[in-house]
Amino acid sequence: MLNTVWLVPALPLAGFLLLVLFGRRLSEPKAGWLAATMCGSAFFVTLLVFLDMVSKTAEERSHVVKVFSWIPVGSLHVDLAFLADQLSITMALFITGIGTLIHLYAVGYMHGDPKFSKFFIYLNLFVFSMLMLVLGENLLVTFLGWEGVGTCSYFLISFWHTRDSAATAGKKAFVTNRVGDWGFMMAMFLAFGAVGTLSYGSINSAAHGGSISHVTATAIALMLFVGACGKSAQLPLYLWLPDAMEGPTPVSALIHAATMVTAGVFLMTRMNPVIAEAYHWAPTIIAVVGAATALFAATVAVAQNDIKKVLAYSTVSQLGYMFLAVGSGAYVAAIFHMVTHAFFKALLFLGSGSVIHGMHHEQDMRKMGALRVLMPVTGFTFIIGWLAIAGVPPFAGFWSKDEILLYVFANNRALYVVGLVTALLTAFYMTRQVIMVFFGEAKWKDQSEEHGAHGDFVPHESPKTMLFPLVVLAVLSVGGGLLQLPFTKDLHFLEKWLEPIVEHGEAHIDGSWASDNKYILMLVAIVVALSGIALAVGVYGKKKLPAIEPKILANAWNYDKGVSAFMGGPGRQSFEAVAWADAHVIDGAVLGTGSLVRRSSGLIRKIQSGYVRVYAAAIVIGVLAMLAWFMWRGVA
Amino acid sequence: MLATIVPTSTWYLILGAVLFGIGMVGVLVRRNPLIMFMSIELMLNAVNLTFVALSTQLTDINGQTAVFFVLVVAAAEVVVGLGIIVAIMRRRSEISVDDLSALKG
Amino acid sequence: MELFVFVCAAAMVIAGALGVVLRSNPVHAALSLVLTLFGIAVMFISQQAEFLAAVQVVVYAGAIVVLFLFVIMLLGVDRAENLETESLGIQRPLAVILSLGFVALLVTTILQGRDSLNMRGDGLSTADSGDHDANIRQIARSIFSNYVVAFEVTSVLLIVAVVGTVVLARKRKSEKELTGVSG
Repeated sequence: MLNTVWLVPALPLAGFLLLVLFGRRLSEPKAGWLAATMCGSAFFVTLLVFLDMVSKTAEERSHVVKVFSWIPVGSLHVDLAFLADQLSITMALFITGIGTLIHLYAVGYMHGDPKFSKFFIYLNLFVFSMLMLVLGENLLVTFLGWEGVGTCSYFLISFWHTRDSAATAGKKAFVTNRVGDWGFMMAMFLAFGAVGTLSYGSINSAAHGGSISHVTATAIALMLFVGACGKSAQLPLYLWLPDAMEGPTPVSALIHAATMVTAGVFLMTRMNPVIAEAYHWAPTIIAVVGAATALFAATVAVAQNDIKKVLAYSTVSQLGYMFLAVGSGAYVAAIFHMVTHAFFKALLFLGSGSVIHGMHHEQDMRKMGALRVLMPVTGFTFIIGWLAIAGVPPFAGFWSKDEILLYVFANNRALYVVGLVTALLTAFYMTRQVIMVFFGEAKWKDQSEEHGAHGDFVPHESPKTMLFPLVVLAVLSVGGGLLQLPFTKDLHFLEKWLEPIVEHGEAHIDGSWASDNKYILMLVAIVVALSGIALAVGVYGKKKLPAIEPKILANAWNYDKGVSAFMGGPGRQSFEAVAWADAHVIDGAVLGTGSLVRRSSGLIRKIQSGYVRVYAAAIVIGVLAMLAWFMWRGVA
Repeated sequence: MLATIVPTSTWYLILGAVLFGIGMVGVLVRRNPLIMFMSIELMLNAVNLTFVALSTQLTDINGQTAVFFVLVVAAAEVVVGLGIIVAIMRRRSEISVDDLSALKG
Repeated sequence: MELFVFVCAAAMVIAGALGVVLRSNPVHAALSLVLTLFGIAVMFISQQAEFLAAVQVVVYAGAIVVLFLFVIMLLGVDRAENLETESLGIQRPLAVILSLGFVALLVTTILQGRDSLNMRGDGLSTADSGDHDANIRQIARSIFSNYVVAFEVTSVLLIVAVVGTVVLARKRKSEKELTGVSG
């Protein structure tokens, strides 16, 4: 069964090709059902592979399926091969599972859109690329998927391309990703140079065996992290993610919450032996950047009024948590949080999409309110998602966040405090969002003229195709914590499952103060979450406390402006200098060679004076020279 | 005393070289094509003289045979060359080789 | 005696050569050429190459120089070249330097190789009181046995030269219609 893992990416690829050829003829809604079926079958195959893997022992679970030899050039041998092991199957499961749910949701959400089938073409292509990314056996197949998801992200963000803001957001996403891709490529070059192959198995065993020097391992780790910063929107390169909300909501849910943005975390986990071989300050850098991103994004989310922007910054913040975990050596916790985050963030995004749909494409939260009565299912599932992300037990988010905080506490107290403050803010702004949208006064009653004005405007519940995924994700958000319960070692299902992958990089905290007192830390986390909720209720619900939403937070600490100013000013000057160098130095050398040849030939041309006597003189000079040569030879 | 000095082949050879040099100057300096031709004839004669001198020195008849052929070819060459000069310079007032510079690069 | 002959002949040769190169009137130059050719013929005789001396006078001085004079007459006897000016400034000094260098090189070669010129041929039959035609006989034998092919080829050459020149120097029928293109 493991040998059929190649079917998993092949099915969405087939869906993509079929839709390219027949999509317009199938049109709505059949194109959507086709895409969803392909994604669903991929999930089914993944499930079978997973069950087959479970039945095997831990050593036998890792399996490589080679499709063909891709690049057999000299000493570089790269195969198009899939590595089916615990980590990749876990990722593939939730990618295809949540992907299928979102496909179903999109059938309802994109109803009436003229480019309906094109949307599903891109969605299937995206799922294919993402699966190539996680199932790849070597860095190059992963990079293929990496670039593929970046491209699909561009297509899907600027799906409504007639809107200027959407087109610009798509370009911004692509260009920022590219900066990160440079890091990935440098890491690939370094890895190839150090080990001679790009295959994960070889690189990781070389790292563990000590054949990669500390310097190289550190360079590879940090370069991969640069790539991860681009793809997973960490602090220097996060700025494309909030703008990516221009895309349709299913896109935001699938790409920018559940799957693509987690690619960076996946990559770091995949290469954890290399990170373990790096100098100690390299993972610390990763953890610090992750923590800083988490805090930064959480502060900004507090002051956002667009329902999707809040969730976007929330995603950036949660990704920061995952990198904080990676930097602290808690790979299992990072993957755990990735899975639970996929569940509840997708749920929240789909829920917000449902709200937008019901509010006739109104996205400003200040114009919503008291929607839980009119949209009961959406409201109920959204509340479950809210409780999950806020970190309230027994919902999924609590367990994963707590696991991360445990490892962080054992590693670095200062970062633990940052993580705790971020948890507080997370609870705060999510509660704020829930209150503004679903509780409080019905502010939409004042806006009835703005939305088509066919009588009284009343928000309505969404169709069943959109509600079904919400319910499923809500169930997963409740029960997702069962993957890894911290009470006894026997309940650490995820840890035992992933152990062969991360055994070299995972931090071991048994016996530390944190591990012995984990219940105290759990209690602290619960208190923090509940106080965040209480604070938000006090400010926005009961209106007892003043609302502090400074403009600087709404503008994301003016980071965007700073980047544009830098790029427009010194950035532009350096680019122009490079362009000048290219035009004058490089092109100049080429053109200069040509003009040099021309000028020298112009000079040499003057020898052809046309006078016979000059030619005769030239002949005589030649004869003289030859005679002298022979004379000299004869004498010597 | 002078009667005892016998001119050796070397003297003839050196004379031939000098004659050749004079002819070369004539070819390079004179502009009238006829005079240039005559200078070429001087050079050919210098060569003939050299051949004969060496033939005497090496007691080999092949030197004189070579002169024979040189003479024949020189005759043919003069005929053709003068024909060409006549064909080109027929209608000019001032004949000078420098006027034929149409192949100037 | 030989020295006297050599000196006289050498004087004729050099004087004639200088005359060819330095006289502006082409007729004077042609006559100087005749002087040179005679000097060369005398030298041939003093080296016992009688046949060649005769041929030199008959062919060179008798035919070739006459041909030159015909052409001079055809193109205008009084067209004297202006020796004062030289359009290519460098030409004269360059010519002098080159030819001096050439002569120097040749003289050095000759003097260097003096000792290596030893008798190595089959011998030269010279005209003595016994056989007056010894030289011509030897040359004839050499030509018609060793070099007979070359001899035949030269006859072809002569024919080609004559035919070619006749074609070249022909006057075109409609010369007035031709523009200033020569030939």
